[in-house]
Amino acid sequence: MSLAADRASRSLRLTALTKEFATFTAVRSLDLEVPAGSFFALLGPSGCGKTTTLRMVAGLEVPTSGSIHLGDDEITYEKPYRRPVNTVFQNYALFPHLDIHENVAFGLRRRKVKDVDRQVKEMLALVELESQAKKKPPQMSGGQQQRVALARALINRPEVLLLDEPLGALDLKLRRAMQIELKRIQTEVGLTFVHVTHDQEEAMTMADTIAVMNGGVIEQMGSPAELYENPRTTFVANFLGQSNLIAGSVASAEGDVVRVDMHGNQVSIPAERAHARSGEGWVGIRPEKVLLAPAGEPIDAPGNHLTGGIVTDVSFVGVSTQYLVQMPWGQELMAFEQNTGRRAVLAKGTKVDVSWRPEFSFLLPASQDVNAGVLEEA
Amino acid sequence: MTGLQRAGRWIGEHLVLALGLLVMVYMFVPIAVVMLMSFNDNSKSRNVYAFQDFTWSNWAHPCRPNGMCDAVVRSIEIGLLATLVATILGSLAAFALVRHDFVGRSAANTVIFLPMASPEIVMGSSLLALFVASGFGGRLGFVTIFIAHVMFCLSFVIVTVKARLTGLDENLEQAAMDLYASEWTTFWRVTFPLVFPGVAAAALLSFSLSFDDFIITNLNAGQTVTFPMFVWGVAQRGIPMQVNVVGTVMFLISMFLVLGNMLATRKKVAA
Repeated sequence: MSLAADRASRSLRLTALTKEFATFTAVRSLDLEVPAGSFFALLGPSGCGKTTTLRMVAGLEVPTSGSIHLGDDEITYEKPYRRPVNTVFQNYALFPHLDIHENVAFGLRRRKVKDVDRQVKEMLALVELESQAKKKPPQMSGGQQQRVALARALINRPEVLLLDEPLGALDLKLRRAMQIELKRIQTEVGLTFVHVTHDQEEAMTMADTIAVMNGGVIEQMGSPAELYENPRTTFVANFLGQSNLIAGSVASAEGDVVRVDMHGNQVSIPAERAHARSGEGWVGIRPEKVLLAPAGEPIDAPGNHLTGGIVTDVSFVGVSTQYLVQMPWGQELMAFEQNTGRRAVLAKGTKVDVSWRPEFSFLLPASQDVNAGVLEEA
Repeated sequence: MTGLQRAGRWIGEHLVLALGLLVMVYMFVPIAVVMLMSFNDNSKSRNVYAFQDFTWSNWAHPCRPNGMCDAVVRSIEIGLLATLVATILGSLAAFALVRHDFVGRSAANTVIFLPMASPEIVMGSSLLALFVASGFGGRLGFVTIFIAHVMFCLSFVIVTVKARLTGLDENLEQAAMDLYASEWTTFWRVTFPLVFPGVAAAALLSFSLSFDDFIITNLNAGQTVTFPMFVWGVAQRGIPMQVNVVGTVMFLISMFLVLGNMLATRKKVAA
């Protein structure tokens, strides 16, 4: 079923969008373009301005300055009921006095669309709730309510569908199932989805493009793999997955390799992943890219070979083993190793050598806070 | 197990039920008496407080006592009118107090409770002083009673509707607007249906407060006689049995409303 077939989708463009509240600035001069038909995620910790951004697009919040365009039409100050944008609210906001059928039909009835009943039935079929049409929202489970909220928004064939932490209230298992479901529906209907979440795994699972927001600005935008493999800021490096960030200073930057002196070790970093070209910096490496071997044994990786590590902590988590390795300069590095059975789990206190492939490391400016975006496991 | 123990256990198990039944009896005996007395034929005796003979005549001729039906009609008129005005004004005030932030809002929230908290005799007499001082002294009657009733009903309406509004999720209205409903449509399709139970409860409460009021009414009525005033007046000489007929009818109407509401709610939940 192609819902958007009767209307060409247009891209959503935010220009210098700013929202100031009495005591703080929620969104600072945000520029953003969401291509038509994409699944776009705004990812960030609570209070980063992502929901405020979404509410401005929906028309539920008036921007202090800046503009919002849909294609060539400006909708910055348009009333919420005059924009082809629908929202799936965080708490679903289903109308408790209407049954499921009427909840889903609400938008169509307001626009005086014909054959409402047929469309509602089709939409309820899409979210697999045909048999529940006569129920009232409070009689349904969280997952079902979530699907009703989705159907109620989708049936209007909005050019942009906004999802405000739509899975936040569901338990982990249901959330995973709904992530796959949402992605399937988005592919099926081909609409533009803008999804706000603080769950980096959720954003990476579903979105084509992620914009990582922090303190009212976008830190970095790109595909999940791009953001994960080549973060441009310490915030992104820490918020999206985990990172080892090691202090170092640039020794040379020639051609496509930047060499960094890191506590007496020379490591090389590809130029396109080096976001500092001189002076001090943070050498970054993802824990699963860090390879370990008992001291003196060969490691299957060229270059960036460090010696003198001691295993200080071992956590066995089934698919992998997570090590903390104390380096000669005192810092503890994280190393995640797949449990392939190639080698026995290293015991605490083992002396190890550490290595990684140079192409996996990245370099960030030392001016950035090394702890930005580190989560207290939410 | 001895018989005594067994009896003790039986009492323990049924004590709550027994007490509950006793409370029900306590609450309903007066009403039962009113119903019974409405069939009392006291034509052969001057004692109006004892059941003599059964008769239908009180029900057949409810308006026989002089002026009683006029008083009932007047009370209903005042009740309906005061309810209408107090419900509309009070609901609007409740919206303002819940939805808008203005200077003096918290003060207003406190002041609202004053009419509920102050003794009726104080309100009634000060209202009378106000009417007399402003030149209505010679014209006390229907209008002054109506004004007085709106005044004391307002507080109850505001408090009732406010409670309902506070519990209303504002996201619902935003969702409606997001789904192409204008402000006007949003109000009538979402806000009003959700607040309506509160408004209806406030209206019922207003009517029964107004219909029932004696103290404030008596002070501001002039020559006008409402039903409570009529009963008070005739009580000196012996209450005519028809008063019990009116009481029974009023009770049945409220029972009917409560049961209707209960059935409607149950139907909604079952659907």
